[in-house]
Amino acid sequence: MSGHENPNNIHTSIWHEEPEADNPFAAAACYCRGYDVYGDLLGKARYIEYLYLLFKGERPTPNVIAALEILAVALANPGPRDPSVHAAMAAGVGGSTAASVLMAALAVGAGSYGGAREVFLALEAWKNNGTELASWRSSLADPAAPTRQQVWPEPEHPPGFDPYGKQCAKPVRQTLAHLVEILPAGRLAWLAQERPALESAAGKPLAMTGVAAAALADLDFSPAEGEMLTLLLRLPGAAAHALEQGKQGFRQFPFFALDLENDPGPAFSEGHA
Amino acid sequence: MNNTLLDYEGPLRTRMGACFPGERAVFRGHDLHADLKDMDWIALYAFGITGRRFSPQQTTLLHALWTYTSYPDPRLWNNRVAALAGSARSTGALGVAAAIAVSEAAIYGWQPEFSAADFLVRAHQRMLAGETLQAILEQELQLHKRILGYGRPVASLQVDERIPAILARMEQEQIAQGPYLQLAFAIERGLAQMGRRLPINYGGVVVAIPLDMGFSPRECYLFLLPSFMAGMPPCYQEASQRPEGATFPLRCSQLRYEGPARRLWQQG
Repeated sequence: MSGHENPNNIHTSIWHEEPEADNPFAAAACYCRGYDVYGDLLGKARYIEYLYLLFKGERPTPNVIAALEILAVALANPGPRDPSVHAAMAAGVGGSTAASVLMAALAVGAGSYGGAREVFLALEAWKNNGTELASWRSSLADPAAPTRQQVWPEPEHPPGFDPYGKQCAKPVRQTLAHLVEILPAGRLAWLAQERPALESAAGKPLAMTGVAAAALADLDFSPAEGEMLTLLLRLPGAAAHALEQGKQGFRQFPFFALDLENDPGPAFSEGHA
Repeated sequence: MNNTLLDYEGPLRTRMGACFPGERAVFRGHDLHADLKDMDWIALYAFGITGRRFSPQQTTLLHALWTYTSYPDPRLWNNRVAALAGSARSTGALGVAAAIAVSEAAIYGWQPEFSAADFLVRAHQRMLAGETLQAILEQELQLHKRILGYGRPVASLQVDERIPAILARMEQEQIAQGPYLQLAFAIERGLAQMGRRLPINYGGVVVAIPLDMGFSPRECYLFLLPSFMAGMPPCYQEASQRPEGATFPLRCSQLRYEGPARRLWQQG
């Protein structure tokens, strides 16, 4: 063999495989970040630990595990009124494929209204403002005007805050309180302390996306990593609700009424119909 | 109680359309099976986005914009998704839908195309207000580092092969180059004068032509969503015809590991 590297190699610092002796396409051992997944890690690592290892490259500390466990439960099911779960149910109720159910949930749950893009934008805000109240106040009062249009629609409310909330919803406060117990010294704790001031500056109450972003910032997740993890963590509820509606059938699922404002009426007279 | 959402309960108000099962369908205020029954599909698609109708020549050109960028090459990253779906024996809808979503990429497809459309509109407005193109380009490069629609990944050729084809088609259809298309080429020359050899790519042209037909940047973006699609089903289909898993098979040894050395998972 020459020393030239195969141009079709995949370079990765996550995954290494040793092939079976008789088949170059079958792995005899798989190593994730240096750990033997099936020979050592299986049965020892908890799912959340493995998830963190995949994303961040190292084992999480006990408080990181505890925070991620809480975040995973808090985000797992935004409930059937949430647009992403609604989308998943709309797929499930019609008998669409399982993958399309999750693709629907991902597509809708990706947005800047309560979705993963909102977490991305809120993580960017944490990067820009840190724990400087004056900086938050200034950016919330006078958000930077977009310098160009892009595929993402412009956010219509401050990321991390609830555009329609009257006060911070109880589940948001409960999640924040649980997380602060575990991560008492970072952005989450500062958020809990300064929540009234921030809400006043935003003119909106804190939303679950804002809590998630603060937690992910404390766990050193970049905006892109936080966006991706949020998409993943929100899928279980979408899946379960879609399966449920699929079993119940479309007759029990809202079809809603339309008010067609420019209805031209029947084009064909009864004689033609 | 003051809450915007309260105003939106009840029947959903719409002007886009509705189906009346067993009776008729309304599309933007027109009976689909009567008023619009002879409409070309791409003309209907453009009408759905813009609410405007286009001449037969314009519709032909809109067709050609898609046709000339339909490449059934399974190496292309979006098409590869369709091919891998076929190889993994997934469904055609899943493979093609995912491939379309993937086409909203940062280095090709709709992110740069949207930005290119947006820049053409902004630059055009500023030039109408009296600014020079050179000043606009300098400022844009300072602000956004790059001008999208110029240069091309995995290609060093000076000419994007789709551009002469679409220009020839315009000539054939007797459609003159409008101000946005002229500006797109002027930007290429302006960049060259600044020492940046970044030939215009199809992204700059594929948005300039609909802009010249009155599309907004977001309307251009929505119009272009299916533009790569014709190349995707062939990739899916051929992969489906190969043995399962036999499209782009990878050996274990093709994973070049660059991470931490082996270590043991000590019980915490």
